[in-house]
Amino acid sequence: MNTRGLRSQLKDSVPVTGMGQHIGAYGVQDTLRSGFSSVKNELLPSHALELSEKNFQLNQDKMNFSTLRNIQGLHAPLKLQMEYRAARQIQRLPFLQSSHLALDTLKGNDESISFEDILNDPAQSEMVGEPHIMVEYKLGLM
Amino acid sequence: MALSNVLEIPTSGFNFENVARNVALEGLLEGGHTKTPKPMKTGTTIAGLVCKEGVVLGADTRATSGEVVADKMCAKIHYISPNIYCCGAGTAADTEKTTDLLSSNLTIFSMDSGRNPRVVMAVNILQDMLFRYRGQIGASLILGGVDCNGNHLYTVGPYGSIDNVPYLAMGSGDLAALGILEDRFKPNMEMEEAKELVRDAIHSGIMSDLGSGNNIDICVITKQGVDYIRPYQESEYKDKRQKRYKYGPGTTSILTEKIIPLELEVVQETVQRMDTA
Repeated sequence: MNTRGLRSQLKDSVPVTGMGQHIGAYGVQDTLRSGFSSVKNELLPSHALELSEKNFQLNQDKMNFSTLRNIQGLHAPLKLQMEYRAARQIQRLPFLQSSHLALDTLKGNDESISFEDILNDPAQSEMVGEPHIMVEYKLGLM
Repeated sequence: MALSNVLEIPTSGFNFENVARNVALEGLLEGGHTKTPKPMKTGTTIAGLVCKEGVVLGADTRATSGEVVADKMCAKIHYISPNIYCCGAGTAADTEKTTDLLSSNLTIFSMDSGRNPRVVMAVNILQDMLFRYRGQIGASLILGGVDCNGNHLYTVGPYGSIDNVPYLAMGSGDLAALGILEDRFKPNMEMEEAKELVRDAIHSGIMSDLGSGNNIDICVITKQGVDYIRPYQESEYKDKRQKRYKYGPGTTSILTEKIIPLELEVVQETVQRMDTA
């Protein structure tokens, strides 16, 4: 079995990509939607909140886990993270919409409503990815 | 339509794709004579105070969009839960959506635990939400409510700062309203006296501030229930139109008239019976 692919399946880090680049057809930047390409636009965030929102969930988790470690000891965040990993694997193929029910229940997202639930709902997304490419990317084969 | 360039499902939440475009557009528009549309603000006077039996909240009803009055009968006192109400100043859409989200979250909590939420819970949820967005959500709110711990009045600023005080005014007319409140506030006031004081505070805000006006709404929250009086006092400067502005037939003179009859011939006729039993 391709172990490299398996590790990528469990990746929980935000992949480093450019900021808000509209990649159009043929893999080149979509000039109509995002203007002329410049290095500055690609690397620097255009809005004050863009970076902080991108990493918000990660940073919250890190903060909570470190507080938990300080209060209860190392075992507490370890056990929780193991459960998160297990729950994260319960999903459909990458290009399909999965409900993340177990993960939401663990994180407590099933009892709160925030802008993530109202705006830009992935279930209502107008674009569908190419199934083979998305699966290959997810498994790290690309 | 399947796209070959989408590698991951887009994340939910705020989307910053158009920020660069908007900045470029603003630069282009400023040179010309067109201006970008301004969001509707509720340049406002809102006030609240804690009295013996509960909490009294008051607000004016004018919403402005730049120099124009956008809404003369805007409702600025929002429902959060049966025992908590919230006055909102700042960008109208932001206050509306934030209080809606807060209300939904507290409803879920009430259904889970079977209790009415406490005012401190509402304040903490708001504070977390507003600080997360670093003041980009322009909502200054006054939260008032009655719970098992007593009568509470809190203010939450757009950057997430909170304050717990017995009397309060926010919005563009807050200085005028605060003057009245500072002068006549006493702890443990009677209900009627408290309502009159809030009315006077909002009234002075309406008189002294361009962004506040029209009617005054009052919301009284007690252990027994809520009395939302809308409007508590109507403005004296109402729209008393002298004439009707509809044009009667014959206002415009007809110069020439040409009638072309359309000749239709019946090609096919089918009868379908409807079963109306």
